[in-house]
Amino acid sequence: MKYVNKGIPKQDAMALVTGKPVYTDDLAPENCLIVKVLRSPHAFAKITDIQPSEALELPGVACILTHKDVPDKRFTMAGQSYPEPSPYDRRILDQWVRYVGDPVAIVAAGTEKQADQAMKTIKVDYEILEPVLDPDTAEGHPSVIHPEDNYHVNFDIGNKIKKNVCSSGKFSHGDVDAAFNEAEVMVDEVYRTCANSQAMMETFRTFSYLDHTGRLTLVASTQVPFHVRAIAARALDIPRQKIRVIKPRIGGGFGAKQTLVAELFPAIVTLKTGKPAKMIFTRRECFIGSTSRHAMKIRVRLGADKEGNILGIHMDTTSNTGAYGEHGPTTVGLSGHKTMPLYNKARAIKFTYNVVYTNTMSAGAFRGYGATQGTFAMESAMDELARKLSMDPLELRLKNLVKEGEIMPGYYGEKLNACTLDQCIAHGKELIGWDEKYPCQKISETRVRALGAAITMQGSGIPNIDTASVEIRLQDDGFYTLMIGAADMGTGCDTILSQMAAEVLTCDLSRIIVSQVDTDHSPYDTGSYASATTFLTGMSVVKACRDLIGKMTKAAAQKLSMDPGDLKFDGQAIFADSRAITLKDLARQLAVGQGSCLSATATTSQPVSPPPFMAGFAEIELDLETGKVFVLDYVGVVDCGTPINPNLARIQTEGGIVQGIGMALFEKITYNSTGKMMNSSFMQYKIPSRLDIGDIRVAFKSSYEPTGPFGAKSIGEVVINTPAPAIANAIENACSLRLRTLPITPEDILTGIHEK
Amino acid sequence: MQLKCTINGTHYEENIAPDTMLLDFLRTKGFFSVKQGCDTANCGLCTVWLDGRPVLSCSVLAARSQGAALTTIEGVEKKAAAFGEFMAAQGADQCGFCSPGLVMNILAMEKELKNPTPDQIRHYLAGNLCRCSGYAGQMRAIEAYLKSKTPAGKGGKNEIR
Repeated sequence: MKYVNKGIPKQDAMALVTGKPVYTDDLAPENCLIVKVLRSPHAFAKITDIQPSEALELPGVACILTHKDVPDKRFTMAGQSYPEPSPYDRRILDQWVRYVGDPVAIVAAGTEKQADQAMKTIKVDYEILEPVLDPDTAEGHPSVIHPEDNYHVNFDIGNKIKKNVCSSGKFSHGDVDAAFNEAEVMVDEVYRTCANSQAMMETFRTFSYLDHTGRLTLVASTQVPFHVRAIAARALDIPRQKIRVIKPRIGGGFGAKQTLVAELFPAIVTLKTGKPAKMIFTRRECFIGSTSRHAMKIRVRLGADKEGNILGIHMDTTSNTGAYGEHGPTTVGLSGHKTMPLYNKARAIKFTYNVVYTNTMSAGAFRGYGATQGTFAMESAMDELARKLSMDPLELRLKNLVKEGEIMPGYYGEKLNACTLDQCIAHGKELIGWDEKYPCQKISETRVRALGAAITMQGSGIPNIDTASVEIRLQDDGFYTLMIGAADMGTGCDTILSQMAAEVLTCDLSRIIVSQVDTDHSPYDTGSYASATTFLTGMSVVKACRDLIGKMTKAAAQKLSMDPGDLKFDGQAIFADSRAITLKDLARQLAVGQGSCLSATATTSQPVSPPPFMAGFAEIELDLETGKVFVLDYVGVVDCGTPINPNLARIQTEGGIVQGIGMALFEKITYNSTGKMMNSSFMQYKIPSRLDIGDIRVAFKSSYEPTGPFGAKSIGEVVINTPAPAIANAIENACSLRLRTLPITPEDILTGIHEK
Repeated sequence: MQLKCTINGTHYEENIAPDTMLLDFLRTKGFFSVKQGCDTANCGLCTVWLDGRPVLSCSVLAARSQGAALTTIEGVEKKAAAFGEFMAAQGADQCGFCSPGLVMNILAMEKELKNPTPDQIRHYLAGNLCRCSGYAGQMRAIEAYLKSKTPAGKGGKNEIR
């Protein structure tokens, strides 16, 4: 193959590395009103009075909006296909404020200073209510976080709104109690993960204006342009055809931009004033006023016989969705359904869950989407089981591992078509030096080096829900435009999709032009999330390009007065033995007089979501005097099917591993006793810098997924899951201390060592 | 107040509010490469040169550039592109939002340190955060770039893995 499975530079690379103005704020008109949001200082309160009149008199102030000025329609900000599983529990501005940072008023002014001054002048009276801050006591708490009567769910999600339960449910296969009765060894432990910030470098931002026909245009840094259109229409109470969404280059997303955050504020200002408006989140706002990873408490029960055959698995997850239910009912599912299927030898599995509201910032989508939390719990528990069995933890995993061709009862009964996870484990063992170094080596009196490992799976798109369309057009000089609705957020999907197109059309890559997403022009795509793009949009590219070749051949046959079946296409020309027409000539002729515009459209949705796999291995050095852990070396071996662009797949993996290391060792959103977030800057919320990481080594063991384009599965999310459990396992191997709460800080380790 | 300075070699004489930050001043003048990633001088995205030395323009008053020469990546485009090709070859550019600040700091490092070790590179660039790449690909790009500029590495092909 010429382009597929090649490390081709991204099409936008040179523009990005030379600082070209290609992001949302670089493109905003100069005369935009500056939009700011006054936020609640209380974790839970009801606005009894709000007086904007004095602020409205200030110079430059164009408009101030309160809950009385916005449509009384509830919606979810979660970018999901209709009917969204996330409850409709939000308004743009509400009379109730449910977390510190919840919007109270929208201010638009000529300059930032004027907007800031106006915000200080707005008078708000609150009836302060008792907040619910602890997810463990949220259910049935006297404070009901959503007392409103127009709260809405699209279908049964196990919602008990008067008890602060957003969603609950269960799944089982076989009789898990019987399996546990038979088990000779049991693990029964509770693991906790915390809220994390996606912390992409470009904060949330949108600008808006009315076009020449009075339609609202939103230029937004989003992963889900079509969902933005749908949600904005509902929230603003205007028809969808009145809205156009354009996605320029995005400065990272990691799931944060699968939820609407900044979009609606400038949008409503533009609707109210008729003027262009923009809202650029500060980093602080990004921390306190968006969505985080769902903090989860996961109880894992594993039962096995003495030989290490797992008989039963029960996972029980309590997820904290914060003040609103964005992605609450769905993330929780992945904590069980993307972990238990790894060990499908278990004859019985059970998954129970509860998602509760609290008066903290709403949780939302973050790379891994619940699977990350579940993997920490399951893969920690597996090492605990191995310890009880006195078995090598990798041997225990291999013994119970899902294999190619098998059915996964915990994964909706899906059959596993392609899997090299056993090879990933074997190769990773070799790279990290497992047999030589496991479990630990004492470097000095105070320093220990130790190994730990974990395995994981994710999905490739949401089966039967995600849909991806593309259109490819032959242009008048024989080049092609590829219209996609999937959102490149830096991952490089524009490039890999054009690689696939060039491969099928056997043309030079430079002849494929990929347009940025514009909901007026791009074909419908649910967006870039759930590790869907390569797998689903990629397949649409393959189908559309093949279809276009058929159409071009037919058109050429007409020109040559021949049968299309006798013609061949080599990317340059359409020909038979004696006669030929070049693509350039054909395209030119089609563009004159009675020609036709040749294009092909294809849509892909899949009944399956083939899981990519990864084995992760950490070598840590633990300082026994300070409790500090440094990850000296991290080896990740990935089965993503065919890597379409091995360079970009490698960077995805390296980036995911480092985010995972941050989650394992230092990233944590904390609240004080009144519900105020205590880490709202990079001073207090530490993401890994280049000094915090050691070597990162990545390898691929490719399987071939028959339902994916060129055998590809996905890569975007699976790569973040292994570091937390692998590092926790390494810490136990270093100092016999099992830590079950993330992040694992030096304080936790020292306290644990002293208590022992 | 009146501010006189040069930006990328062009003379500017502007009336600015005394509390204007250099970052905002540069963006208002159309130098959109300068990005803001935080409010606390932690991320390095806004790095520009003030009289040839890298500074965080988010936390330097524009007034501090009185009589000074300012350089943004627009002013060193060829050098940025020369290094940028190595980033592109690794796929390490990713979302690109941190690139201008990182590239400005790498070009500054190149002037300041001769044959830096990997540790020296990491320390010099510690203030340039990136959430996409995990830094490893950036490091490969930087080392390959620096190697290409040594006599032994001259003419070496930009390796695409």
